[in-house]
Amino acid sequence: MTLPRWADVVLIPLINLALALFVSGLVVLLIGEDPINAMQIMVRGAVGSTYGWGYTLFYATNFIFTGLAVAVAFHARLFNIGGEGQAQLGALGVALVCLALPWPHWTLALPFAIVGGAVFGAAWAAIPAYLQARRGSHIVITTIMFNFIASALLVYLLVGAMKAPGMAPESARFPAGTFLPNARDVFGMVGIPFARSPLNVSFIVGLLACMAIWLLLWRTRLGYEIRAYGHSEPAAIYAGISPFRIVMITMLISGALAGLMAVNAVQGEAQRLLQDNVLGAGFVGIAVALMGRSHPVGVLIAAVLFGALYQGGAELEFETSVPREMVLVIQALVILFTGALHNMVRGPVTATFLRFGRRPDGSVKPAA
Amino acid sequence: MDLNTLIQILDSTIRLATPLLLACLAGLFSERAGVFDIGLEAKMLVSAFFAAAVAATTGSVWLGLLAGIGASMVFALIHGIASITFRGDQLISGVALNFLASGMTVLIARDWFSEGGRTPALIDGGRFQPIDLPFARALSDVPILGPVYSELVSGHTALVYVAFAMVPVTWYVLFRTRFGLRLRAVGENPGAVDTAGISVVRLRYSAVLIAGILCGIAGAYLATGLAAGFVKDMTAGRGYIALAALIFAKWRPWYALGACLLFGLLDAIGNRYQSIELLGVPVPGQFMQALPYILTVVILAGFVGKAIPPRAGGAPYVKER
Repeated sequence: MTLPRWADVVLIPLINLALALFVSGLVVLLIGEDPINAMQIMVRGAVGSTYGWGYTLFYATNFIFTGLAVAVAFHARLFNIGGEGQAQLGALGVALVCLALPWPHWTLALPFAIVGGAVFGAAWAAIPAYLQARRGSHIVITTIMFNFIASALLVYLLVGAMKAPGMAPESARFPAGTFLPNARDVFGMVGIPFARSPLNVSFIVGLLACMAIWLLLWRTRLGYEIRAYGHSEPAAIYAGISPFRIVMITMLISGALAGLMAVNAVQGEAQRLLQDNVLGAGFVGIAVALMGRSHPVGVLIAAVLFGALYQGGAELEFETSVPREMVLVIQALVILFTGALHNMVRGPVTATFLRFGRRPDGSVKPAA
Repeated sequence: MDLNTLIQILDSTIRLATPLLLACLAGLFSERAGVFDIGLEAKMLVSAFFAAAVAATTGSVWLGLLAGIGASMVFALIHGIASITFRGDQLISGVALNFLASGMTVLIARDWFSEGGRTPALIDGGRFQPIDLPFARALSDVPILGPVYSELVSGHTALVYVAFAMVPVTWYVLFRTRFGLRLRAVGENPGAVDTAGISVVRLRYSAVLIAGILCGIAGAYLATGLAAGFVKDMTAGRGYIALAALIFAKWRPWYALGACLLFGLLDAIGNRYQSIELLGVPVPGQFMQALPYILTVVILAGFVGKAIPPRAGGAPYVKER
């Protein structure tokens, strides 16, 4: 029993989102605030000003990369829960590139930083991928373990070899030639006033990544093989597709995408390597990929939505007694409803479609 | 290293291994029944919060324990509904619950206590007190064995002894009772269990709820035994270490005890020394912290004995239609 495409792609995600927001509203009500008012504050805070938009799209950039990372792996039926660790290593790669040379201009530094972040992120995904492909170790568990190993590694480097003079466990500040132009500079050039925010040119890199992943998945032979493997491993093997090759390549791409997040977060904003450069964005990627149905366009939309949620949540904490952790709750509910409980919504929706009028395949229900 | 230091380290090993052991056995029940559980962390965290909150309000640590177990079981039930009834992805459900716990505990804590996401510090009756075993004081002068008995074996809180007693209990239940046989069968081949006329759904729900109880005790121990109150994200990845220990133990109760003690020991050494020297090579503390995860990856890779999970693990059971 299949639903019409629009119901599958639009209706069910929207119902899931509505359910998640409804339950979140109940939580807000329980802690004695007005949910409608809270919602208004969040929307206004996220998209009501260029300042809000700046932060919303800055967070969205992080989530585009981590969301794509999870989405690509989903296509090969791999659950990469290690975006967090891969992005941490990506941050290390970006930092090493930025600190290596006195870069004269950001246009030179950016491509190399992209390579640095992608290579380090991919390298961190390579070991779990190899263990899954060759030794059958469950990739979910190994990538979780690698998240913890990554954070221990960064702490080790930042209290030791890479530590800048001073108290804080962080690296030296990157040279000024690596600073990416932010939205204020870019819009300022054409005379549009835009508030100060960390939104920078990495957002465009994110959009390009969405396009590249779409091309890869639906317009190349490799993408076809990845999707074929994800649909049916025996069929893929029968068609001469090597599972080892697909698992390795998919995870390398996935890790590289997660690592690219650091271009935005580390080069674009922090401008130094910190102990935690990812701040949970790797996990948000799971929610984003689930909501976006693993499609680059869906991921983009879901990433902006979650960006708005994060920025709106920050404003909410500022204006009411609802703490920022509300965002975590909403995020959890979105993952729960779209990822784990989707059959709960799907069942009744399918029944409704069967009952009323046209059948999912387009034919009209015959008279009983 | 003198005997005293050694005893102190082993003493803190036992205390740090306790929550790991309880959570690990929780995971053992759940995963042996074919339900993967990466939400151990979530259950421990909600339990830690509700145990501390109720203990702080009522002054009774036992009511706190009950509240913690109750909260943990609610989370276990959500996991069961998502992964058994609605046949959703068990891993994704676990991820969602981890976030839910992490966000919700702080949200409620700030609303109830307005102390920035923590509970008030627990005093006297709000905490589990150490229990002195018989003759602990009298025997403490006996060389070597005396201090070992009075410091190491005696003087822990009730939940520590509960945790260690759970190892043989778990072994007995899983390997010597009919329920245990069926539970293990449902994790290997649910179809066969169903054919024998036994409800797969009921068995899996029981396993998930038992996991809820054990995680509840683990969380309550964290907040009212090991610490004196709840702080934000106080489980600090222990649920994942327990998961690692479960794999390390190859889903067996006695091995689980060994794995949890080993990981507890690493934690205890890491807490005590910034860095230690091993065969003349300085080992940084961060390496000690990462060691449980590294060891688990090595075990998973099958270079040192292969860890094979229950065969039907992670797969929702669909009756033939």
